[in-house]
Amino acid sequence: MAEIVKRNKALAVSPLKASATMGAALAFLGIERSIAMLHGAQGCTAFGKIFLIGHFREPVPMQTTAMDQVSTVMGADDNVVEGLATVAAKQKPALIGLPTTGLAETQGSDLFGALNLFRRKHPEHDGVAVVPVETPDYAGSLESGFAKAVAAMVDRLVPDVGEKGGDPKSGRVNVLVNASLSPGDVEELKDLFDFFGLAAVVLPDLSGSLDGHLADADFSPLTTGGFAIGEFAGMHRARATFVIGDSLAEAADLLAARTGVPDHRFDHLMGLEAVDEFVHVVATVAGRPVPEKLRRQRRQLQDAMLDAHFFLGMARIALAADPDLLKAYGDLLAGMGAEMVAAVSPSNARVLKTVLAPQVKIGDLEDLEALAEAGGAELVVGNAHAVATAERLGLPLLRAGFPQFDRLGSPAVVSVGYRGSRRVLFDLANLLLEAEPGRLAPYRSVFAQVADEEGEA
Amino acid sequence: MKPKDIAELLDEPACEHNTKSKSGCARPKPGAAAGGCCFDGAQIALLPIADVAHVVHGSIACAGSSWDNRGSRSSGPKLYKRGLTTDLTEQDVIMGRGEKRLFHSIKQAIDSHAPEAVFVYNTCVPALVGDDIEAVCKAAAARWGVPVVPVDAAGFYGTKNLGNRIAGEAMVKYVIGTREPDPVPAHLQRDGITVHDIALIGEYNIAGELWHVLPLFDELGLRVLGSLSGDARFREVQTMHRAQVNMMVCSKAMINVARKLRESYGTPWFEGSFYGVRDMGQALRDFARLIDDPSLTRRTEALIEREEARIHTALAPWRARLEGRKALLYTGGVKAWSIVSALQDLGMEVVATSTRKSTEDDKAKIRELMGDKTRMLDESQGPRALIDMVHETGTDVLIAGGRNMYTSLKARIPFLHINQEREHAYAGYEGMITFARQLAQTIESPVWKAVRTPAPWDMALGVAAE
Repeated sequence: MAEIVKRNKALAVSPLKASATMGAALAFLGIERSIAMLHGAQGCTAFGKIFLIGHFREPVPMQTTAMDQVSTVMGADDNVVEGLATVAAKQKPALIGLPTTGLAETQGSDLFGALNLFRRKHPEHDGVAVVPVETPDYAGSLESGFAKAVAAMVDRLVPDVGEKGGDPKSGRVNVLVNASLSPGDVEELKDLFDFFGLAAVVLPDLSGSLDGHLADADFSPLTTGGFAIGEFAGMHRARATFVIGDSLAEAADLLAARTGVPDHRFDHLMGLEAVDEFVHVVATVAGRPVPEKLRRQRRQLQDAMLDAHFFLGMARIALAADPDLLKAYGDLLAGMGAEMVAAVSPSNARVLKTVLAPQVKIGDLEDLEALAEAGGAELVVGNAHAVATAERLGLPLLRAGFPQFDRLGSPAVVSVGYRGSRRVLFDLANLLLEAEPGRLAPYRSVFAQVADEEGEA
Repeated sequence: MKPKDIAELLDEPACEHNTKSKSGCARPKPGAAAGGCCFDGAQIALLPIADVAHVVHGSIACAGSSWDNRGSRSSGPKLYKRGLTTDLTEQDVIMGRGEKRLFHSIKQAIDSHAPEAVFVYNTCVPALVGDDIEAVCKAAAARWGVPVVPVDAAGFYGTKNLGNRIAGEAMVKYVIGTREPDPVPAHLQRDGITVHDIALIGEYNIAGELWHVLPLFDELGLRVLGSLSGDARFREVQTMHRAQVNMMVCSKAMINVARKLRESYGTPWFEGSFYGVRDMGQALRDFARLIDDPSLTRRTEALIEREEARIHTALAPWRARLEGRKALLYTGGVKAWSIVSALQDLGMEVVATSTRKSTEDDKAKIRELMGDKTRMLDESQGPRALIDMVHETGTDVLIAGGRNMYTSLKARIPFLHINQEREHAYAGYEGMITFARQLAQTIESPVWKAVRTPAPWDMALGVAAE
């Protein structure tokens, strides 16, 4: 059980945190034909858009309620109504996600009132789902904003049906995933269910929208894939619900209350133990044996663990990530005998207490750097901003989390399941193999007859 | 190489194997042979000489599959890391162009890398077609004024062990004694301390482990004139004949070098090891004993006392973790008992050791160290017998060479890599900490439980079946 050390300095240096607003926008982008309209100043959207485009290298449909001086003082509810009407008329989306920003929340925006006003004034757009969610950037982080948006979608769009409990004969399962699952991860997850003849309907489904596919149409102002809006109505008929990530607890509770579909919750899908547990539950739910192909993947992961343990055993790791992802990496690495000498999360969450590290610091990359240095870290795990941190520490970096703007293909990288875990272990071990943390410094005898001019081999 | 020369090399009067029928020098058995060839042995023995261009004369398999093997480290030149080979083609072989190509290869190596010397390793194909590499080397040296040393060690001549000897022989014949040592610079002279010259034979600076030991020699005023061959330079090896004492480090492979240097220069030698607290101290004491300088003896004892006290404290937490753990040692000869002593320093129990490459002498030494209950394992029984013995004895860790690593892992047995290609420096006092850490790393790893526990669905089935 980790001790949580709260923020204890005024200035955040090299922030690790990305805003909850952005996390909410990202969750909405996992819905087909959707767009996120941030309720705030223009810059909130502009920065967010650049952030997400940089990570995914994809067009990202985002709009803004464009609060200005007047609306900020006099009330911006009209901006919401006007913005919704404009987007609905122009883009004809299936869903408009409406996350608020720090500006709107501080101003005291009545988001739900504004939405009611929009509905009254614009019955012609009744077919467009609108999901408002309060995600000021002064609370939580990307992961919690993402989770709030998922909860808001469940709340707004999943109907309360009379008969609850799901359909035990159905071949469909609901899957709620947190922000740490990349489009590649979601694909892998769907494949895992497919092994058992189950069709996974994943909310949100970034593998359909931000997986980096080339569509036939030359332009789309909306997402071109993802969770189909019609699926919300069918969630109560699923055989079971699977929830990946503790941040989704609220969303899962809501879904369970609304549909009565039995759910199975997992913190993450990294490492042998976690994936075993998951696969076991899926097999039980499906009533099918674990197929040979998956058993093979399991054996491959075990073998990789043996090969990698020479490098990861007792390796001192510095981790910086949002809570769920921190938990996942902590478990994976602890399972290899590695030591978490630094664990930093941008915001607090329930799951952090269970992270397998002596201590989790709520802080920034400067905190990470100091802890890593003090703990004699040998490897850093963090987002692309940690490149500079790792450089100053002279350590290798494994990229994980948001954003990763300095690499192509990060959305396609798979880190979950047996295969994904194996990939991560190989990458971690290779980084240590190359960096050779225990490498002995050359020593030339003072008596040596031959003085060398060259540097070391 | 002539059969007579090979027979002479195989007859090594200083080696106990000579009188025993069961010996590492025996002819390999087809279908049940393990270990490298003569070329392999020769190359391994000399490659760490860092400022030499090591040219392998042969078709690609010899150099192609062996160059740039990690392991031996240099504090300076990188030339030894380059793979240089004549890469003979079919045309070269058929048309007899091998010698010509070799001659030009030597020139190219000299032109592009300005080496201190060129070593030419013979291999099977040119040996078979009859390339006269000795003549080519002689001509090349005369033509370009750089020492060119033939190492005639084609694979079919015999075992890796013979290759080591051939390499040593080449050094004695062509290199050692060709230059007098530089005088010790005045600024390195300390009052009351005479600097004595020593040399190391069979030390390869694996993972830089010699660098754990060299500072101690420096402190004691022992100048390592040259080494065969860890972190060595050609000009140093040339002066090794002036050493006052030679140490055979952890291996009898180049025992012929020690014997010949004693015959020609009267240099005494001893066999020792830098592994383990006790053996490290013993090695320093042996130098002092043979040099017989009272000041050195006194300072050596003081140094040992200081280092042992320091390392004892540093090792305490590791000893607490490793005490009573059982190790099975799957490596033969001298290395076996030197590692045994290191393991005992950590409070570990050695339950069995392999006896390949071991003489009756070695076996006696092992019994003396470990008592009678230790089991001797014949390596020719193969991996099955090894794994069975691990299970029978409740072994916690298998210690062996890289060749056996995957046998161990597949059988879900913790493993420590001990041979040439390993990545960690175990020599000296400092090396003991690394050694202990690596042992704990594998023994205590949570992965063993993870790979030994059945999948949850299989466990559920198991319960259902009962």
